[in-house]
Amino acid sequence: MSDLFYDAAPNATRVAPEREPERYYPEKPEAVTLFGTCVVDLFFPEAGLDAIRLLEREGVRVHFPQEQSCCGQPAWTSGYRDEAKAVARAQLEILDRSGLPVVVPSGSCAGMFRHHYRALFADEPDTLKRVEALAERTFELTEFLLKVCKVQLSDRGAPSKIALHTSCSARREMNTHLHARELLQQLEGVERVDHDHESECCGFGGTFSVRMPEVSGAMVKDKTRSLMDSGAVEMVTADGGCLMNINGSLEKQKERFRGRHLASFLWERINGASEGEVA
Amino acid sequence: MSQRIPVTELTPDFRGRAEEALADGQLRNNFRVAMDSLMTKRANAFPDADEREGLRELGNRLKAGALSRLPDLLEQLEQKLTENGIKVHWAETVEEANDLVHGIIEARKGSQVVKGKSMVSEEMEMNDYLAERGIECLESDMGEYIVQLDNEKPSHIIMPAIHKNARQVSKLFHDKLGEPETEDVNQLIQIGRRTLRRKFMDADVGVSGVNFAIAETGTLLLVENEGNGRMSTTAPPVHIAVTGIEKVVPNLRDVVPLVSLLTRSALGQPITTYVNLISGPRKPDELDGPEEVHLVLLDNGRTGAFADAQMRQTLNCIRCGACMNHCPVYTRVGGHTYGEVYPGPIGKIITPHMAGLDKVPDHPSASSLCGACGEVCPVKIPIPELLQRLRQENVKDPEQPQQVKGGGAKYSRMERWIWRGWQMLNTRPALYRSFLWAATRFRALAPKKAGPWTENHSAPVPARRSLHDLAAQHLDQKGGRPS
Repeated sequence: MSDLFYDAAPNATRVAPEREPERYYPEKPEAVTLFGTCVVDLFFPEAGLDAIRLLEREGVRVHFPQEQSCCGQPAWTSGYRDEAKAVARAQLEILDRSGLPVVVPSGSCAGMFRHHYRALFADEPDTLKRVEALAERTFELTEFLLKVCKVQLSDRGAPSKIALHTSCSARREMNTHLHARELLQQLEGVERVDHDHESECCGFGGTFSVRMPEVSGAMVKDKTRSLMDSGAVEMVTADGGCLMNINGSLEKQKERFRGRHLASFLWERINGASEGEVA
Repeated sequence: MSQRIPVTELTPDFRGRAEEALADGQLRNNFRVAMDSLMTKRANAFPDADEREGLRELGNRLKAGALSRLPDLLEQLEQKLTENGIKVHWAETVEEANDLVHGIIEARKGSQVVKGKSMVSEEMEMNDYLAERGIECLESDMGEYIVQLDNEKPSHIIMPAIHKNARQVSKLFHDKLGEPETEDVNQLIQIGRRTLRRKFMDADVGVSGVNFAIAETGTLLLVENEGNGRMSTTAPPVHIAVTGIEKVVPNLRDVVPLVSLLTRSALGQPITTYVNLISGPRKPDELDGPEEVHLVLLDNGRTGAFADAQMRQTLNCIRCGACMNHCPVYTRVGGHTYGEVYPGPIGKIITPHMAGLDKVPDHPSASSLCGACGEVCPVKIPIPELLQRLRQENVKDPEQPQQVKGGGAKYSRMERWIWRGWQMLNTRPALYRSFLWAATRFRALAPKKAGPWTENHSAPVPARRSLHDLAAQHLDQKGGRPS
């Protein structure tokens, strides 16, 4: 850049750039609440259970309040603010009861707690304080394992090549892609390969996938193609919504390639195989 | 076949147009290749992430600051421009703006207009308006020239003909101008230049847009790469600049970072080939330049956006196009699918105030809210947040007073009830658990078709047991009490 443009730099105009400080991570707590998320609850419960196992392996006691349901995101992104708010309020009540740190095995739902609840409750100062506190103690699973538990994984699986997909809101709101990458790096036998347009959306977007099925379908087709072309044998992701979208599309296309939740992948790698607790 | 949109006719069906575009392999390839290249150029233009983020923050503050005193700045601008000999005209609607432009041309008995690139003139559909009154208005920006020749609208705000590749342009020049076919881009540009060069000399009036209108000095700043902007604003005896009221900035110092953000975000350039600073008509002792300079300041719904604290942020826009370059939806469907002057993410948030949300009811939904647009916006417009807001406005009861023009267009009593049901399910734990129990127990009965979802996916089948169930059992076995 030529001298001419030094004036364009913020320093020259004496405006201090506002940078989001790196998140402060607490000491490892004794116990956490797992917020399972509705998609994991109904479609990938094993991933939720593997998340619990991973946390317990770190010596963290896991609470799973049976009253929990959905974070409210589907209604929020569809424009139904009141409905989203009612559901959000219900989760807030449940999560506030123990006040424990909240671990979420899905980046976009964690992002909902951390970022969008603020917008929902902006007009209620008292609730907003509780929302801020919830945002402070909400962690996406990979982030919690890496930064709070400082997990050390030893790989017992066979050599494998995998692709990592990160949901957009998680990438932008939670930095999940960085955390997941670091976790995968700890696994000796696992090679993470890049895929084409890795940071591009898989096309899910909640109700976008049914309101704009043509565009959403084109996006997920491109995503599955780039995943399959990457040389990976499978895809891992820490987001239930993307997983449902990508696997559903692969199955529709009659492809054998599949994705699975990062929690299940990690648990299997460090144990050699999955524990058979599930019917 | 590429899409062709008659210049004035618009159909409201976004999905239909999207389907056509998605089926057009050539079109999709043209956009993918072009957008990939633009994303790379932008990334290379901001090698230092800290500097980039600092600059974006500064850009946001400068624009927000200017908007916070918009009325005063506009008054100052008018005063300074007038002092400099530039005539200032105000237009609330596009009709008024067109009428003003027409009046100026008529006063000079002009019949030929040459135009530099201007999205506001697209907003006004100035070419059509003048053509209907017997005035030829020729586009001089190469991309604009190409789309005008093919009776199309721009498909991108910076690169109007980005939906066409060299072969398609060659064929167009062959069909319309009788030129020999060639896929050499330089030769194609020379063909355009030859035609346009004569027009610059013959034109009675030159029209241009404005990137920044500087209040303190009464200066109009115009960036461009082809030189057509300079020709259009200096060769003809009259220059008419048209722009939106949000383009005013306090002073030249503020413009420096904004121009840097604009050119780097748009094309990855440290600066454009031409930066025109227009500060008045030809003075008595000067040899060239126009005899008259006019500025038409257009509102067209902008004050409506201005009045809404959240939507006001749309007026930060400096029209770089980075949001569309990075948009996975735009990349796949192209600009014409939006059916409006401004396509892509920025188009989705500024069109409602211009045309009314009811004219573009599908636009807010045409996004996965991936956030790429907001991440790259040089002036930090929270585009996903505003799209989400417009989704709320879209489904409001149309009987109630609306906050955004044309709100409530997507209101559906049935959909509202579905979400009420969803709310009930997710706020009553016993009901939710019964739902889980039933969905997992009767999973074999899950429908094989689930609306549009199964167009692209296999039918979703619930797991055998829910996480609620598994977690309760697991924690019980562990001796921990499920709370």
